[in-house]
Amino acid sequence: MRTNYSDLAAVDGRRRLNMDKVMTAVCFVLLFIIVIIPIFMIIYNAFFYEGKFDLSLFTGQMTDSKNLAAMWNTLKIALFTTVLGTIMGVFYAWLLGRSDIPMKGVMRALFNIPYMFPPFLGAMAWDILLNGRSGYLNRFLVSTLHLSGMPFNINSLGGIVFVEVSYYFPFVFMQVVSALERMDPTLEECARIAGAKQRTVIWKITLPLVKPAISAGALLILTTSLAHFGVPSILGYAQGIYTLPTRIYSVIYNTGGSFDGIRQGAALSVMLVIVVALALVLQRWVLSTGNYDIIKGKSMRPTLIKLRGAKLPLLLLAVLTLVLIVIVPLVMIVLISFIKAYGLPLKLENFTLAQYARVFNANGTLDSIKNSLFASITAGVVCMFLGTLVAYVVQKIKPRGKGILEIVSMLPYSIPGTVLSIGVILAWSGALGVTLYNTIWIILVAYMARYLSFSMKTSSAALLQVHSSLEEAARVCGASHTESLADITLPLIRPAMVSGFFLIFLPAMREVTTSILLYGPYTRTLGVQIYSLRDAGMIPQAAALATVAIGLIIALNTIVTLITKDRKGV
Amino acid sequence: MADQIVLRHVTKKFTTKTLGDIVAVDDFNLSVSEGECFSFLGPSGCGKSTTLRMIAGFEDLTEGEIELCGRIVSSKKKNLYVPPEERGLGMVFQAFAVWPHMNVFENVAFPLRIQKMNKSDIDRRVAEALKHTSLTGLEKTFPSDLSGGQQQRIALARAIVTNPKVMLLDEPLSNLDPKLRETMRFEIKELQRRFGFTIIFVTHDQAEAMAISDRMMVCDMGRIVQIDTPENLYNKPCNRFVHNFLGESTFVNVLVKDGKVYAKGDERQALSLTAPKSAAAEMVVATRPNEIALTGPTEDGYQTHIEKRIFLTDRTEYLVPVGEQIVKVQTPHRVAFAEGEACCVRFVEPMWYPVEDAAAEKERSRRQLV
Repeated sequence: MRTNYSDLAAVDGRRRLNMDKVMTAVCFVLLFIIVIIPIFMIIYNAFFYEGKFDLSLFTGQMTDSKNLAAMWNTLKIALFTTVLGTIMGVFYAWLLGRSDIPMKGVMRALFNIPYMFPPFLGAMAWDILLNGRSGYLNRFLVSTLHLSGMPFNINSLGGIVFVEVSYYFPFVFMQVVSALERMDPTLEECARIAGAKQRTVIWKITLPLVKPAISAGALLILTTSLAHFGVPSILGYAQGIYTLPTRIYSVIYNTGGSFDGIRQGAALSVMLVIVVALALVLQRWVLSTGNYDIIKGKSMRPTLIKLRGAKLPLLLLAVLTLVLIVIVPLVMIVLISFIKAYGLPLKLENFTLAQYARVFNANGTLDSIKNSLFASITAGVVCMFLGTLVAYVVQKIKPRGKGILEIVSMLPYSIPGTVLSIGVILAWSGALGVTLYNTIWIILVAYMARYLSFSMKTSSAALLQVHSSLEEAARVCGASHTESLADITLPLIRPAMVSGFFLIFLPAMREVTTSILLYGPYTRTLGVQIYSLRDAGMIPQAAALATVAIGLIIALNTIVTLITKDRKGV
Repeated sequence: MADQIVLRHVTKKFTTKTLGDIVAVDDFNLSVSEGECFSFLGPSGCGKSTTLRMIAGFEDLTEGEIELCGRIVSSKKKNLYVPPEERGLGMVFQAFAVWPHMNVFENVAFPLRIQKMNKSDIDRRVAEALKHTSLTGLEKTFPSDLSGGQQQRIALARAIVTNPKVMLLDEPLSNLDPKLRETMRFEIKELQRRFGFTIIFVTHDQAEAMAISDRMMVCDMGRIVQIDTPENLYNKPCNRFVHNFLGESTFVNVLVKDGKVYAKGDERQALSLTAPKSAAAEMVVATRPNEIALTGPTEDGYQTHIEKRIFLTDRTEYLVPVGEQIVKVQTPHRVAFAEGEACCVRFVEPMWYPVEDAAAEKERSRRQLV
């Protein structure tokens, strides 16, 4: 049926009070300021010097052996993390989605925890346990097994990959679980009837059908890992292992934030962006996916595969995995936060609450919590409205250039946070007459650019669900364009807007990558504060603040779940 | 009675990516009088929905003008366009379009709130609208807790609450099951009798249109084919398309030679028919399966046999070869023939149409892709 087109928008556009045009213009202007200017500044500064085209900086950085090593490390870590994380994600998704393993509900919930857990806190915990020189677990193993050297060294490429896999495999896991849930089970049953064995069905039917979900999740792991700062910086520094994001940070840090350092950072950023772009192309090439429609309207109960004898060992494996990646790091951080001095054995007499008192009396801790709350809430609220505005313009007004609008708003999503920070520094440190450097506003601007696409995506999906006849019905009832927008469309997508807010607020609260390059003396964020406490060797204090941060995140998450559960099915 | 809705030379063109320009509505001229129930009928892609949406104001015209209740609401020549909210219409959509975030009362009260009516009037009028649509008692319920039929009643209540003069119904019954459809059809007619509004009813279901309409417009491929009462449309369809679209049809291609009429593929046995004077050498004879006389082999008519017998619930259907074609004949159950039995068929006062050219068929299928 031809009900999808409508002249109404075009016809409204001709009227005197033209809200659509105003909204479209606002979108273009804001996106230009927030996204285009920083990206332009990076490219400009990497390739132009004093107004002239100059490749020497870029080629200099490209041929620097340290940078090349960093690039090589970045690629190795990302590749291994992606492959291992994808295998792990698919395996557990299948185990929890399609087998008769017990306690599925609980396990499903637990397997989502690593997704909320800030990876750099995980890295901190594992560093405490398996540090090549002083790890608690290492020392314990040496003393009990009488080994001559430390058995594990987390401060290695392998260690970094291990920690990243632990926290990134849920990207694939969640995608695949939901694809398996929506898959029509008769597709599998058909294959069985046709004579295929269980094993053949898994390889020939189930896996190919969920391939789009797998590849979407794998892509997310790949780009996140390439751009990731926290884990390699915590685990790699001590051993001189650099990745491009940590290298950019150290270049800027070592030059004390001078313009020269920032320019080098910009050149390195271009390198990182090229690597990410190559990875995207590679991924598309390796996992070129068909787009199957495996979604069925009615939810059907899939036939579960009986694990029989393997049930208990597999359950044990799943539980052990959870213990290893969730419980152990969590417990470790909490325990260390109570220790009198780092390195003391974990005995009751060595425990104290003094670290909490110390960290809260320390310079900047309370400020950092305040800063993080302010920046996250403000970024969340602004992006919620701006993202919805962009989504509305793209989905409903469809002006000329809507494709550009869409691409520009999604761009920061695939640009590493470190790169974005450099762009923001270059743009808002006076080069254009506005100086935000060392203020909380520069962090806010960076957060907005980084997270805008989150709220735009959720609002877009919600707007697509709002059938055009709902707005049309309001128009026939006498409501003007503005009234139908305010009374019908906005209330209908409000739940999506709220969830868009939390999608921004929660990651922003524990953010390190972007703010580590942007913070000033009074504008540390929570993540930065934990990071710098640890960097300064005050590990128990860092652990204490981390415990508080985790508590905060869990509490906020619970509130979100409660709020979203209460809502009536709209 | 005064003409309430008038369309003059209304034309709508679209440009599509894959198929180029499409004239969705080609020079529509019609007028609907006050209190009339007028149906737009036709297969998908015929332009009926587009026309309705132009009357509602959701689509602009490419050419022509539309007059509602004596006032021009869309005119290309005068560069005039009144937005939907200022046209004072009632409308019911195919997908119901009840707002899921408002309860029944709020859905129905919405048009009145937009008019800034005071609370006691709103309460009174909503209560009245709900009473007429049998929704009383469900005021606080949310649409998601109601059945499809009830949701469509909300849409109806919302459309009648402002007491509009014109009601636009865009396939309002097609999402309901057959039994419910009949009930709702009756209720819509009942509401019209009580409130006296004019109805424009869009549907592709000919039985539904016949039952509800005073007059109907049959359109095809963006053109009006015929406008008439249901009775006339059924009994005197102006072409093969209308004949086929309304009710069941049987077509036989015939050859006209020396005043005699032969079924195509059999020139030994003439059909007892007289061709109209204007008839070409090849024609199509159209009739209804239940109007063909089926008799024993001795009687007057075309001698043939029963190819297949199909027992339908309320009648029996026979497939009978006539020349190279198979003709569908329907009789009451008591006229019983066995398969293979010899028989006679006779066409009683059939309609005569020219053979449709292949180009028209092609155009129809092309448009249905859009």
